[in-house]
Amino acid sequence: MGTTKIKTNRREFLRSTATAAGGLFTFFWLQPTKAFILVSREEGVTEGPWYGIGIDIEKCIGCGKCAAACKDENDVPKDPFFFRNWVEQYTVKKDGSVVIESPNGGMDGFTQSVPDDQVFKSFFVPKMCNHCQTSPCVQVCPIGATYDSPEGVVLVDEESCMGCRYCVQACPYGCRYIHPKKNVVDKCTLCYHRIKKDLIPACFEVCPTGARIFGDLNDKNSELIRFLGEKNVQVLKAHLNTGSKLYYHSLSMEVL
Amino acid sequence: MEQHIQHLYEMLSQVEGFIYPNELELQWGILIVIYPYITGLVAGAFILASLERVFNVKVLKPTYELALLTALAFLLVAALPLVSHLARPGRAFRIMITPNTHSAMAIFGFVYSWYLMAVLLLEIWFDYRKSFVVWSRERKGIMKWVYKILTLGVMDISPKAIEWDRKIGYFITVIGIPSAFLLHGYVGFIFGSIKANPWWSTVLMPIIFLFSAMVSGIALVLVIYMAVSYIRRQAIDMKALDAIARYLFFMLILDFTLESLDQIHRFYEAEESFEILSLLVSGRLYLTLIVFQVILGTLIPLVALGTLQLYKPREKIRKALYLSVSVLVLIGIFFMRWNVVIGGQLFSKSFRGFTSFKLGLVGSEGVLMGIVWIVLPFIILAFLLWFLPPWKKAEDDI
Repeated sequence: MGTTKIKTNRREFLRSTATAAGGLFTFFWLQPTKAFILVSREEGVTEGPWYGIGIDIEKCIGCGKCAAACKDENDVPKDPFFFRNWVEQYTVKKDGSVVIESPNGGMDGFTQSVPDDQVFKSFFVPKMCNHCQTSPCVQVCPIGATYDSPEGVVLVDEESCMGCRYCVQACPYGCRYIHPKKNVVDKCTLCYHRIKKDLIPACFEVCPTGARIFGDLNDKNSELIRFLGEKNVQVLKAHLNTGSKLYYHSLSMEVL
Repeated sequence: MEQHIQHLYEMLSQVEGFIYPNELELQWGILIVIYPYITGLVAGAFILASLERVFNVKVLKPTYELALLTALAFLLVAALPLVSHLARPGRAFRIMITPNTHSAMAIFGFVYSWYLMAVLLLEIWFDYRKSFVVWSRERKGIMKWVYKILTLGVMDISPKAIEWDRKIGYFITVIGIPSAFLLHGYVGFIFGSIKANPWWSTVLMPIIFLFSAMVSGIALVLVIYMAVSYIRRQAIDMKALDAIARYLFFMLILDFTLESLDQIHRFYEAEESFEILSLLVSGRLYLTLIVFQVILGTLIPLVALGTLQLYKPREKIRKALYLSVSVLVLIGIFFMRWNVVIGGQLFSKSFRGFTSFKLGLVGSEGVLMGIVWIVLPFIILAFLLWFLPPWKKAEDDI
């Protein structure tokens, strides 16, 4: 009798386990709730602000005030190898070669190292986090310490980050570093503490020529949307499909 | 920390061309070279053990337990360099409790635990269960109790029970092979899936990691088998040694073919990153890639092993050659990991310049610490061989 009972139990156990496993598998496979999540996301995106950045290279004079203001505002170490925001100087020589420089991130301004008679053209390119829509850094963070805010800003949770540096490797634009004092990864927050108070980020605030445009991509009347409509714009490394929201006007092909 | 910053200031003068300012510092150093190296040795050693078990390659019997224990000794250490390189090692546990399912790295804890708990420990337990029972009866004092605890109360060593052990062990090994593939293929995927880095981003990366893992694991077991036999003053089973060397040869051919294919493909496609990668290979990686990895670690072993397939000199010479070739292969694969990990960070993602890497002697990222992580598995293995001696195992009755 005992044997029969055990057998029945085992069969029942196997049957219920298989049903549960199959059910779970089907549930996750079909993702019946996904439709609702997608719908609510769509609505969320169009409701609140969704920030992007425009940079007009023709207007940048390479003063480096943006890089300096960023360091002051965000407690970025002063050393010349930690930057949330920096400026690169490109000089295309007459022989076709390109000289790129960014001494101290451009914070102290620039001098031209190429003799005048050899210069074909020269321009400045401010760089910062592209706040990508499908950020490789957010994708790779093993614990979700790097995440997208509802406003489309890529942020780091300093309380969670374990400093594995995988995101630093994954960012194609070199926008991340390990903060030497905090021992966690650090990057541009688009001055999240300011934009939440309806202020604009520090680097936009100080730009003397209006080369930087900060704005809401959901607001059809924003300056950024006007900029995108009126100018030809490009993003960096478009082939990597990162969904960059940093749009450059007059980006030359030498820039990577 | 001041020292670290000082070091970075010194590095500024080593920059060649243009790099993004944040790229001066290499994020992953010697510890992350050692991590895939050790995991590869685990996977390779396990797969060699599986050959005997699953594919019934009887000639490899003398190395079966040795290979399993080697895999365990190295696996126990594998995660340590990884955790110690973290800027916040105390937060490592978060990878288990709040994993980001979109992250390749997040799966590490689970793959590692699965391999350790569900494959290696189980397989070793089933393999040694009868011996635990026998030893718990034979030994005296504390060891008697240690082995008794290890039996987990299963004292049945009737032929029927042993047959079950064998069947379950076989089943675990069958699961273990894809798991070993997963363990190391996955490590390759961590690098191969980084689209920002053209030196890493190749679909072949997991496969290359897998085959190089097998190469290094087989070479390691060969060296350990010879060393253990020497220490125990036991004659080496030349048939087993020849067989291992033959597998090493075949795996090396496959590994070299795959890596060559990867480079030829890169060369032929000559994409945007081609110029900087060519400069990388011919410049900063010349010594570690061309000399150590390709010539010393691959070509010389290939020629030597290939010759030994056709011409069999005296045992003494064969042994010396097998040992030298295996050591060369182990060095070569170490530098393969080096070239992937360090090489991938030396060039700027602007493709316009290079930073440099200076390996310090002391500190958690220094040479000495690296040596500790490499030596530690051997110490654990020595303990395991004393604690679970394969040569004192209770023979199976069936």
